[in-house]
Amino acid sequence: MADSRPGNSRPNASRPIVAIRGVTKVFNERGDHRVKALDDIHLDVYPGEFVSLLGPSGCGKSTLLRLVGDLTPPTSGTVEVNGKSAQQARLDRDYGMVFQHATLYDWRTIGRNVQLPLEVMNYSKEQREARAGDMLRLVQLEEFSRHYPWQLSGGMQQRVAIARALAFEPSILLMDEPFGALDEITRERMQMELLRIWGQTRTTVLFVTHSIPEAVFLSGRVAVMSARPGRIAGVIDIDLPRPRVFETREDPRFFEKITEVREVLRREET
Amino acid sequence: MQEPSARTAGTRDVSTLEATPAATARDMPGWLRRPLAFLVILTVLVAAWEGYKAIGAATGDKIPLTGIRLPVRSDDRSMPHVGDIVGALFEPVQRGQTETLFGYLVRAGLFTWREAAVGFLMGSLIGFALGVVFVHSPLVERGLMPYVVASQTVPLLAIAPMVVVWGGQLGWEAWIRVTLISAYLTFFPVTINTLRGLRSPNPTSVELMRSYAASRWQVMWKLRMPAALPYIFTALKVSATASVIGAVVGELPSGIADGLGRSLLTFSYYYISGPEKLYASILFSAALGIAFVAIVSYAERIILPPGRRLAE
Repeated sequence: MADSRPGNSRPNASRPIVAIRGVTKVFNERGDHRVKALDDIHLDVYPGEFVSLLGPSGCGKSTLLRLVGDLTPPTSGTVEVNGKSAQQARLDRDYGMVFQHATLYDWRTIGRNVQLPLEVMNYSKEQREARAGDMLRLVQLEEFSRHYPWQLSGGMQQRVAIARALAFEPSILLMDEPFGALDEITRERMQMELLRIWGQTRTTVLFVTHSIPEAVFLSGRVAVMSARPGRIAGVIDIDLPRPRVFETREDPRFFEKITEVREVLRREET
Repeated sequence: MQEPSARTAGTRDVSTLEATPAATARDMPGWLRRPLAFLVILTVLVAAWEGYKAIGAATGDKIPLTGIRLPVRSDDRSMPHVGDIVGALFEPVQRGQTETLFGYLVRAGLFTWREAAVGFLMGSLIGFALGVVFVHSPLVERGLMPYVVASQTVPLLAIAPMVVVWGGQLGWEAWIRVTLISAYLTFFPVTINTLRGLRSPNPTSVELMRSYAASRWQVMWKLRMPAALPYIFTALKVSATASVIGAVVGELPSGIADGLGRSLLTFSYYYISGPEKLYASILFSAALGIAFVAIVSYAERIILPPGRRLAE
């Protein structure tokens, strides 16, 4: 239940589910265009938390997410997930990924797209259909099961992508600017939707965005990043009450938090 | 993923779900629309042919109101009447024989069709296999691709006698040698498009599979193969026509007397005495190619869901 968790949902006692220790990432290490994308990053994420990585383009927030998901290796430092290496966590299917574009396979119906990870993981046909049905109900798209992706709007496609990511009950949801390609109105609706789903599934979410209000509205904590090289400039607790509702966006404390984040970003620029 | 707006061109099939109040052509059932369009265009072509002849006959092969000569003479030897071409189909193929030209061409056509079909299947399989190997090994691709490309720049007329001679020394039946020549013309587009198709998934689609810890095999069958299918079908349509050309041309140096290649050659020798027969055989081999492409298109319609076909 969402309301059983406080805004800042970090339980002090438990072990971090994601532990990023001294991670540095250099692109083109041996080439002429050596780029230090991330410099000495430390970050812990606790079970059930919703943490955002916020920063301008080029600050390495997506790279950091990809490091956690073992889509790219760190140059130095370690990423531990569920007490294992990031690679082992990926092989154990601990991650659900949602990208900026829904990345649905257009030869599969919506239902079969949600079943894709379950097929890869050798679930039985009955399990697959049952899980996919549950997931589509969760994102309220069950009547579109037989449609093809291109018959759905961008927001609906992204909800399918979330359903697909959650289908195999991963312990962490990694989201890389999932609403970045949506219009503002759809975007705010999707944020509510995501919080509802998060409340029902109790998954840990690591969320990359460059939208300050989005990060503040969704998160328990926001890791504010600065660019060149990418560093974490500060981690801000967002102690707004949960569940976050429509009125949260009109709450003076919401604006205070936005200002707080802005201040950190501005301090980094000077 | 593509933007939804980019897909509107492909949503035509879905729009039929709703009743669209539109012109009568839209209200016609889909299966009728295609043949009808074909007939209309055929009629226009026939009319143009006969119209050209009529103008030529009236003006003495001049463009009306000018003194400029028509590019092709309009007499019955250069351009036989469509009626005569069709009529020739139902006359004996040779004086004193009972078999009609139509019967003869059907027999020759089926013979050539078998060569083309087997060649097409063989060529497509080889082409597909090469594409799959290339996508897995850039090294092999870089090593072999120049030869694959070179093989296609050598004229078929130079390759065909070699295949015929070598195949003969190996004791292969004549039609099998022709099949090889047909396969030779068929495989290249399939290789190129298979390779292109297997590489078409965007990096994020591949990363999605990686995040599921999918095996190489699963990435191949659940992502690369289905993504490649529209590309492969496009290549198969090109190859279908090429396989017929390969079979027809391959028959010439093989000394095969039963196929369309020989009949085209014979009728071109005797063009002066009966131009209709050559035109009839040309139409026949064209029909063979069309039939072949139609079969591939039909398979595509069954296999690919709507909105995924690259070209209709």
